[in-house]
Order: sequence, then structure tokens, then C-alpha cells
Amino acid sequence: MSLPLNKNPISNSPSEHLLEVRDLVVEFAVRQRSGIKGAKVQAVSGLTFEIAPGETLGVVGETGCGKSTMARAVMQAERPKSGEVIFEGEDLTKLSNRELQDVRKHLQIIFQDPFSSVDPRWRVKNIVEEPLIIHQTGTPGERASRVAELLDLVGLDINIHGNRRPRELSGGQCQRVAIARALALSPRLMVCDEAVSSLDVSIQAQILNLLIRLRQELGLSYLFIAHDLAVVKYLSDRVAVMYLGKFCEIGPAESLYRQPLHPYTSALLDAIPNTDGRQSRHHDELGVEAPSPINPPSGCRYRTRCPRAEEKCALEEPRMRFLAPGHGVACHFPNASDTVQLSD
Amino acid sequence: MSEQYSSSKTDSRTPGARTELLGGPTTANTHSSALLEVRDLRINFHLQHSIVPAVQGVTFSVNPGQTVGIIGESGSGKSVTARAIMGLLPKKTAEVLGSVRFGGKELIGLSDREMRQHRGRDIVLVFQDPMRSLNPTMRIGTQIAEALHSHQEISRADAHSRVIDLLKMVRIPSAEQRSREYPHQLSGGMRQRVMIAMALSCGPKVLIADEPTTALDVTTQAQIMELLRELQRELDMAVVLISHDMGLAAMYTDEVAVMYAGRVVEQAMTTRLFKHVRMPYTRALLDSIPRLEHPSLEPLSVVRGRPPDLSALPPGCPFSPRCHFAQAKCEEPPVLETTAEGDRFACWFPL
Repeated sequence: MSLPLNKNPISNSPSEHLLEVRDLVVEFAVRQRSGIKGAKVQAVSGLTFEIAPGETLGVVGETGCGKSTMARAVMQAERPKSGEVIFEGEDLTKLSNRELQDVRKHLQIIFQDPFSSVDPRWRVKNIVEEPLIIHQTGTPGERASRVAELLDLVGLDINIHGNRRPRELSGGQCQRVAIARALALSPRLMVCDEAVSSLDVSIQAQILNLLIRLRQELGLSYLFIAHDLAVVKYLSDRVAVMYLGKFCEIGPAESLYRQPLHPYTSALLDAIPNTDGRQSRHHDELGVEAPSPINPPSGCRYRTRCPRAEEKCALEEPRMRFLAPGHGVACHFPNASDTVQLSD
Repeated sequence: MSEQYSSSKTDSRTPGARTELLGGPTTANTHSSALLEVRDLRINFHLQHSIVPAVQGVTFSVNPGQTVGIIGESGSGKSVTARAIMGLLPKKTAEVLGSVRFGGKELIGLSDREMRQHRGRDIVLVFQDPMRSLNPTMRIGTQIAEALHSHQEISRADAHSRVIDLLKMVRIPSAEQRSREYPHQLSGGMRQRVMIAMALSCGPKVLIADEPTTALDVTTQAQIMELLRELQRELDMAVVLISHDMGLAAMYTDEVAVMYAGRVVEQAMTTRLFKHVRMPYTRALLDSIPRLEHPSLEPLSVVRGRPPDLSALPPGCPFSPRCHFAQAKCEEPPVLETTAEGDRFACWFPL
């Protein structure tokens, strides 16, 4: 996993990346029974990836795999223990909180629950205007027209919705307000942490289409985190699959879904119910719950649930290998090896 | 349910009979032997200044071993339907009309005391959020035992061994040890298993699962749904699955009722429904789900607008303001059409 992805044939030289994350590690202290801080949990242990301008990287994984911690560490909301987060050529981990404020103009985040990410007592127009005030952008008149423009961009009308408060909005509308606020300072990278997960399907589709349109119109990049594989595929150029703090597979969306290399990716794909009533599922693979990240298994972290695990998997941690252009897998016995034995 | 509908062909009613959507008679047989039979269920909430018709005419029946899915978005009335069946709606504000029969006995209008005889014993409800449904300060074994004690005379020792059996039945490993743990020590999937164990404690005949897996990961969801299916077979239960997920409905139900704005807009055998959707809302709902087969970055077809305010419904078809196929005729309330197979849909211009 620690193998840098710039050996990846399709990746470009570092300067062309909008975001580069190198060996990111986030640790939390765990309180033990006596109340004394002792054990540590590595919520994110050694992530390396990059996002090119205008590109979307999707990240999928189960609850507790460290997706949100990764998002927070990229934002520097959670300072990582080690590793680099290079955004537009600047290592954010070395910046002070004060210096970060400037960077955050171009680096924004939207969360799962729109109602808890906006102040319930504020009016929509004030919510969207706030970042402009904080960064002292424009005169009040200019700001007002910018707010109208932003609301229009996300499909709301300042005359109808501008004076409303969050409780007078539906979940989808409120998420639009959160998106408008995130767009206020013209970010280049938007981190979406389960941004559509709590919405109804018809509203979810509207927000997804909005995110795609914004990407086309504004050249935005997304780090799009979700647990729904189909949603991630829909929005992403590349997809990374995360398990217990590490990526186990990363690759172009189409090929990762068409030919998953890691047994965990296959298991996730097989677990999705679909409306064709297709029953090609292998439940024995899912029989066990994910182990606790406080005490991860030795070697490959997925081996306790993996149908293909062998002795080697317990002894040796699999490294990320690229078996196809841009398509890497951290597994000793990837799916393709059913027929062809691949060497390291 | 299948027998229910196929028999409606030989019913006095002719196939394709037109039935008024609102409050009219329904297609179900008058003398039925279904285990749970909901007929023309209507629920009105009386608020201070208005009356909100939350559910208008839900009809379905379930037999042992069968699963009926009620599918819809938030606010479509699915959970209210579940609560009405369980007799859990506040009597002061909720007016429940129509009929809910369990084994032939009418449940609507029963007193709280009478309802308690059935609720939790014959008919049980599993909620979406296991953390909120479990008492965080009680060991899970004790909570399950409490459910046992409330419905039967049972000694402590017997209750304990029954609790262990139940935990084993829902495939919780090291049941003895787990029974002494608190809800926060369990994962989401384990908590939902505990909820199911508690629901099954008194040997229910009907299990209503209200979004049982919505808060869970896909992998855990698959485990819980498989568990429910196995237990349903083992115990010969009738299951009502309430969900917003069309995929779940396709895989785990025998019959599906799609709800919109408090009405059933389409109801059919699952296999037939997904082969031939008639109501544009069902189609739109299916189309707005991102699918794995869908190419990346290609816009999804979306339903414009959002579900209507129930206290200010448009005249006619409630979906018409959002419908791509709406015409002038849609200003009239559509009738619930019944096909030769017994499938039903409410649309003037079916697909």
C-alpha cells in the first residue's frame, strides 16, 4: 500500500496534480477501560493518491473504514499524524490554522446531513454570503448579486428561497444551499462526504446531476466519498476501495466495476440488490463482520473475511500493484490470478 | 397475496374493473383467509388548523411465508401505514379508517389494552434505527427478556435460556457473552440482529420491517436481509417490508405496492412489476437510481420537482405536476385500474 502511485502509468508528474496525498496516517488515542489513554487506532493508515484538475476520485468503503477521517484529514480538520497533503503545490500539513484559512477558499467540503451543516437560525442568503464576508470579498452589493448567482447555479431562486430558514427547506433544497455556500469562493476541489446519502432517490438523482453540471461548468474536482457503489461510479473518473484505513483497489471507474481485482471489491459489488432480481451473490464471503481497526489482522487486513485467504496473506502485507493501466490492487491473489499467476 | 389476486379473477368483479381511487371499494375478496389483511386503510392527521390525509386507500394482504413490499420516498405514507397496523398512532390526532384484520379479527378500533394482546406477540415491528430503539442503559439480554416477560409467564431461568436461543437464532456469535453486553458495544448489524431477536421473542406471525437495513452498509444489509428471509422460512411468518429501495423490493418481496403522496399508485407481483412498469412514477423512481450498468458521468434521468405537500395536493393525479406524460385528463383523479392478472395501477396514461 505504501507504494507511491506515481509509478502508475497514467499518472502525470506531481506538479500537474491538484491534490496529492502521500502516506497519510491519522491516529486516534483510544480510551481503555481504566480511562487511561493507552491504545491507538489508526483510522487512516498510509493512503497515497492524487487528483488531477477537473477529475473526480470516488472513495467507497463500509462504515468505519476511515473514509470520513480521510476527508477530514485532507481538509486539515483533523491534523494527520504523518504524511503529506499537497494541494496546489503547498503541503497543508505544514501550514498554521491561520494560513489554512486562505487555502480553504479553494478547498471546500459538503457533508451528509445538510440540516446540521447550516445554522438553523440563519436565512439562506446569509448562509451563502457568510464565506464571502469571512474572506472580505466585494462590496455588500456585489456580494448580494453573487449570492443570487450562486443560488441560481444550484437551482434555487433568491426571491423564493433567499429569505427562508433551513427548517423551511426540504432535505434536497438544504443540500443545495450547502453546495452554494461551498461554491461561494470558487473552490477548485470539493470534498463530498456522503453528500447524497441521506436523500430520497429522486432528490439524490437531482443533486448528482447538479454535481456533474457544476463539474462541467466550473471545472471542479471532487473527492467523492460514499458507501453506495453505484452512486460513486456514476460521478467518478477513478474509484478507490477502502478497507480498514487502507486502499485495497484503485482504478478507472469503468474497469474497476467491470473487472474488480480485489475480492473485497467483488464482495461489495455482489452485495448490491438490483431490480433485475439477479441472484449472483456469494454470501459466505460476507459472513464475518469487519474486524476492529484498533487491532487489525496481520498481513492483509481483509484476510479474515476473504474466501481466498492463504497463509501468505497472514504473514505478508500485500502491496499495491498495478495490473492494468492505472488499475492497482493490494492483494496477493487478485481476481485475475484465477487463471494466470501474476508475479510481483 | 398471489392467491389473493389470482382469485380475484374468479371474483364477482370483472377483470379490469374500474375502482374509484379514493375511498371506494377495493379489489380484495370480501371473505378472505389471509393472515394479515389491510383493506382501504385511510389515515388523516387532525392538526390545529388543517387535516392532513397521510394515507388514502392502502389495500394488501399477506399470508404466512409471503413478503409484501411497500415502497416509496419519504413522506409517501409507508411508515404511517406500518404504525397504523400496529395501532401505534396517537389516538387524539390520527384518524384511522378502513380495515386491518389479523387472522380475521379487526384490529382498528381496539382499545390499547386489547391491542397489546397482539402487538409484540402476533404482529411485530422492526424499526430502522436499532440504536434508538434499544435502551442504551440495559444489557441486551435483559431487554430481550423484558419482551418475553411482558407477554408470558416465564421464569427467569427459562427466559435466560430463551434469550440465548434467540441470539443464536439470529446468528450472533458467542451469544452467552453478547447477552451481557450493552447496545453501544455492538456494531450496527449486530444491533439490528438484536432487534430482530427481540421481535421474534414471542413467536410472531406477522413481521413488519420498517426500513430494516437503511442505516447499514450494503454488505451488512445483505446479511440482515438473508437472515430475515431464512427466519421467515423457518418460522413461516408473513413479512411486510417497508423500504425506499427498489432493489431490495425486487430481490426480497413477492408483491410490491408503490406509494406516492399517501396513495398506492401501482401494486403488482414483484416479478411482473419489474418486467412491465405501468405507472410513470414507478418508472421514474427506477430510472433515478444510479445503476452499476450506467456509464459514468452521464446524467441520470430525474423526476423534476419534489413530492407534494400532503395538505395541499394538486387536483387529480398527485404525480401529474412532476410527470412527463401528464395531460389535461390528469386533472381528474385517476381510477385504480386492475389488470387481468390482478395487478393494479392508478394512471390515465399507463406506460
